[in-house]
Amino acid sequence: MKAALTSRDALLIYAITAMTAAIAYRFPAFIAPSSLANTFNDTAPLMILVIGQMIVILTKCIDLSVAATLALTGMVAALLDGAGVPLVIVIPTAIALGAVLGMINGLLVWRVGIPSIVVTLGTMTIYRGIIFLMTDGKWVNAHEMSDAFKALPRLHVLGLPVMSWVAIAVIAVFGVIMTRTVLGRSFYAVGGNPHAAVYAGIDVGRTQFAAFTISGALAGLVGYLWVSRYAVAYVDVAGGFELDVVAACVIGGISIAGGIGGVRGAILGCIFLGIIKNALPVIGVSPFWQMAISGTAIVLAVAVNALQNRPKGRLILKPDMQPSAQKVQA
Amino acid sequence: MSAPHTQNRHLPDRLQTPAMRALRSWEALLVVVFILIFTANSFASPYFLNVWNLSDATFNFTEKAMIAFAMAMLIIAGEIDLSVASIIALASTAMGLVMSAGYGVPVIVVTGIAVGLICGAINGVLVAGMNLPSIVVTIGTMSLFRGVSFIILGDQAFTGYPKEFAFFGQGYVFWVISFELFLFAITAVIFYILLHRTNFGRAVFVIGNNPVGALFSGVRVARVRFILFLLTGLMSGIAAVCLTSRLGSTRPSIATGMELEIITMVVLGGVNILGGSGSILGVVLAAFIMGMVTFGIGLLNVPGIVMSIFLGLLLIAVIAAPKLIWRK
Repeated sequence: MKAALTSRDALLIYAITAMTAAIAYRFPAFIAPSSLANTFNDTAPLMILVIGQMIVILTKCIDLSVAATLALTGMVAALLDGAGVPLVIVIPTAIALGAVLGMINGLLVWRVGIPSIVVTLGTMTIYRGIIFLMTDGKWVNAHEMSDAFKALPRLHVLGLPVMSWVAIAVIAVFGVIMTRTVLGRSFYAVGGNPHAAVYAGIDVGRTQFAAFTISGALAGLVGYLWVSRYAVAYVDVAGGFELDVVAACVIGGISIAGGIGGVRGAILGCIFLGIIKNALPVIGVSPFWQMAISGTAIVLAVAVNALQNRPKGRLILKPDMQPSAQKVQA
Repeated sequence: MSAPHTQNRHLPDRLQTPAMRALRSWEALLVVVFILIFTANSFASPYFLNVWNLSDATFNFTEKAMIAFAMAMLIIAGEIDLSVASIIALASTAMGLVMSAGYGVPVIVVTGIAVGLICGAINGVLVAGMNLPSIVVTIGTMSLFRGVSFIILGDQAFTGYPKEFAFFGQGYVFWVISFELFLFAITAVIFYILLHRTNFGRAVFVIGNNPVGALFSGVRVARVRFILFLLTGLMSGIAAVCLTSRLGSTRPSIATGMELEIITMVVLGGVNILGGSGSILGVVLAAFIMGMVTFGIGLLNVPGIVMSIFLGLLLIAVIAAPKLIWRK
């Protein structure tokens, strides 16, 4: 019980509650159900992407190409729609294309053995470049999209837009996968101790490949949702969003060294960032403050993480000198 | 990362001669790539082989390369700094503030460099002092530093820097040698000596290969890490002075995405992204290659984003090629 109250996730819940209460004290309208539902809906794309990124980070990798994958699949979805392809084909195509783009990352990491940070740094610019090659830098605007294409994410079902329901479904599915399936547990095993994972019969590279494929497929799904919700597709859609995604993971307690973290923490990290983003205009702070605030939140989150995980008792080796805690990039 | 190595290491019957080793080195490969790109460019555009055009082309990489030298040392030591471009933004904003307050060129320059040092020190304290993972810390400070610029400037810009200030980004020291190229050459030599000819440089390699071993060998690991972040901040401050002077204005979005180009340059230069190996010569060659690719494609009127595809492909291809070719 005490552990549950002082856990990382609990701390994050306290922080979110305190922050929301402070905002609601001055601006009660912010916690009206419709306003909270709006905030959730605005954060939905981030949540879906964060689930994929979390899995990748758990396996000691990082995927910096998520935003570029999102932009490319979103553009392809918009172009397909413009060509008259029905929605039931467009959406699976977007997800499949995202998965393929993720597989390219995964293959380069698994088969060629290039560190993931290098691979995704490269594919990030390549994927965005491909959008430019496809469109010559032209935008696909609202009037060029079919009504069905634009309507789906905003369609209200049981009081919430489809966009929110998709996020809830993804969270539920991966909540089960990560805790109840062999694949889910092997992501943790690979990140927690790759050597032990090999001896336990888990193929490290193949698991990382699976992680990238999932991350890509989810980015493909968000690609469609994003482009249809904002009703515009262009080269720089979601530019720099990969950093928000990584930031939400870090705030949510996913260890960048792999193997530690979960769906609940990741989603709390998203909610934290989402509330800041939606509250700033409400409390009358210029949106220019947002970047500095999320930066500060990231630094504080890492510091709190490190303090919490600090082993108690007599130290023989300094914490970062122990092989298990060695910093891993890539 | 690949599966742990379980197979035995290959032991050669005799060692390679120094000449053979140089021939098969990463730097030799880079030289070949550079010659290929240079030749291709001179055939592709008649304007390429002109001293002044080539001198102009160096502006494509001098500022990035100055930071890349410090970044190379940081990556060799097993750390990374993603906040360099944001440090440029903050330093440039501070220079704009000082300029608006009516101070002259010396104060502007000192301010830019000082802000760079302060930002580097902040990263250094967080990473070396508090033992936090650098990749996350610098993703955070990356938002923080540029965020402060955005708070100060919003959608405004600082313009109207004094005429004499233009020298740092637009001036020429001698004939076609610009001040930036001159500074690039000097910093290259300084960093070469620092990394390859001093105890400090050896300590950087040792830390990158085995931090525990380094600690037990009496290397002050935290101090070296801190100094490396300070150096990266310093070089970012210097680059901010050059870039601001060259553009003649400051916007909060200045140098956006430059950190990725700098890391690409470092990795292309043969520095192991996981730490432990690399050379300044490689980074110098990578800087020239990236500069020539950007410039050559620019002469053919290809838009910037297509260039970035080439750079992305170049990054992956150059890392993948040797792994695929030398594979058993």
